[in-house]
Amino acid sequence: MNNLIHKLTHLNRQTIYGILALGIILPLLFPLRLPEHVSPPVQRLYDYIESLPEGSAILLSVDFGPDVLPETYPMFLAVLRHAMARNIRVIGICLNPAGIGLGLEGIQKVAKELHKQYGTDYVYLGFKPNLGATMLGLGEDVHKVFPTDYYGTPIDSLPLFRNVRNYNDIALVVSFSGASHPALWVAYANARYGEKIAAGVTGVMAADYYPYLQTGQFVGMLAGMKGAAEYEYLVEKLFREKGLPTPPPFAIRGMDSISIAHLLIIVLVIIGNIGYFMERKQKGA
Amino acid sequence: MHLSTDPWVWVAAILSLFIFSFLYKDNPLYKFAEHLLVGISAGYYLALYWHNGMYPNIIAHVKDGNLWYLFPLFLGLLYFAIFVPKYAYLIRWPIAFLLGAGSGIAIPATFQASIYKQLEGTLLNPLNTYPSALAVFNALLIFFGVLLVLTYFFFSKEHKGVLGATSRVGIWILMIGFGASFGYTVMARVSLLIGRLHFLLGTWLGLLRF
Repeated sequence: MNNLIHKLTHLNRQTIYGILALGIILPLLFPLRLPEHVSPPVQRLYDYIESLPEGSAILLSVDFGPDVLPETYPMFLAVLRHAMARNIRVIGICLNPAGIGLGLEGIQKVAKELHKQYGTDYVYLGFKPNLGATMLGLGEDVHKVFPTDYYGTPIDSLPLFRNVRNYNDIALVVSFSGASHPALWVAYANARYGEKIAAGVTGVMAADYYPYLQTGQFVGMLAGMKGAAEYEYLVEKLFREKGLPTPPPFAIRGMDSISIAHLLIIVLVIIGNIGYFMERKQKGA
Repeated sequence: MHLSTDPWVWVAAILSLFIFSFLYKDNPLYKFAEHLLVGISAGYYLALYWHNGMYPNIIAHVKDGNLWYLFPLFLGLLYFAIFVPKYAYLIRWPIAFLLGAGSGIAIPATFQASIYKQLEGTLLNPLNTYPSALAVFNALLIFFGVLLVLTYFFFSKEHKGVLGATSRVGIWILMIGFGASFGYTVMARVSLLIGRLHFLLGTWLGLLRF
C-alpha cells in the first residue's frame, strides 16, 4: 500500500497530463449530459433580458480575444440568441483588437440562424481604440464615436440608429471579457450615466467581479464555461418553447469534461497530500 | 470521421500540436509556433491601430485641412525622443499629458464605482430590508469579513492580543478568497484545453457529433 501511494505521489507530469487529457476527451466523444443548475447571477441576466420590451436595443461588447474563446464565445452566442429570439435589437461593438473577427462571426452566425435583418435588427460597429473615451463617448452620442459601422456605412443611414443616440436609448450593456473591461464599463457607463451593465467573464476573473453583483452594479453575470452552460440551458429551453431549432450546446457539453477533469484533479490533490504526510511521517520515524 | 478539407483548419491544427509538444519538452517546433504568433500579432496590431486609430483620428482630419490635429500627433511623436539622448527629456510632455488627463478621467469614476459603491454594499442595512435569513447572514459575513481582513492590513500596531486574533481570522478569510479564485482559475484553464481539443477532434478530425 505504501509503495502504491509512493508511486502515485511521484507520477511524472507527462502522465498527469495524459490522464487529464483522457478525462477531457472521453466525455467529448461520449457526452454524459450532466444536469445543469442555473445560478442566481445567470438567472438575473436572463430575467432582465426577458423583461425588456420587444424592439429595445442592447449593446454587446466583444471585449475578448481568441485566447479566452472557449469560455466567452459560447456566452456571447447564447446572449445573442436570447436577445434576437426575443426581437431585441442588438448593437455589437468590439473593444479588444483581437476580437473583431470573433464578434463579426458570432453576430452574423446567430442573425442568419434567426433570419435577422442587418441595419434594422442588428448592427456591428467594429473596433474602437481607447476604452475609456469610447465608453464615455457612447454616453454622449453614439453617432460621434462610431460615425460608420464595421463595413464603413454611415450609421445615420441605418434604421436601427434612428432613435438610438446614447445610453438613454440602450437598455443594457453586456461586456464579454477576460480582463478589466467590465469594471471599466461600471466606472464609465454605470457610475457616470446610470447605464445597466452585465458581464460575461472568464473563470480567472470571476472572483474579482462578484462584489459588483452584490452592490447591484451588475444586472447579472456569467462566470466561465459554467456560466455559459447555464445560459445555453436557459436559451435551449426558450427555443423549445418557441418551436425554434435548438442551437449546438458547446458549453453544456464542455461541462461534462470539466466535471470529470475536476474530479481527477481533486483525487490527485488528495493522493498527493496523503503521500506527502506519509513520507513526512516515515522521515520523522 | 470527416477530416476537414479547409487548409487553414489544417494550419491551425498543426500549429496547435506544435504548441502542445511543449508539454513533453521544449523543442524547435514549439519555438517556431511561438515566434510565428509573436510576429503575426505585431503585424496585425500595427495594421489595426493604423486603420482604426491613426488614420481616422489624425490623418483623415489633416487631409481635410484641420491642421490642429497635428498637435496631438506631434505630442505622440515626442515618445520617440527617448532615442535621442540630447532631447530625451521631451518624453515627459506626452507622459505628463496622459497622466493628467487619464487621472482626471479615471479617479472620480473609479472612486464612485469601486470605493463608494463597494463601501455602501458592505454596510449593514435595517433587518427588514433583507429578503431572507440567508441574505442577513451574507450581509453579516461580508461586513465582518471586510473588517477582519482590514485588521490584517493594519501594520501600525504589533499583531498581538485582540488585533492578533482578528488578523489571524482575516488571513483565513483571505485564504478562502484565494482558494475560490484558484478554483475558478483551474476551471478556466481546463475550459481552454476543452476548446482546443474540441477544435482538434471536431473541426479538424470530424470525430465529434456537435
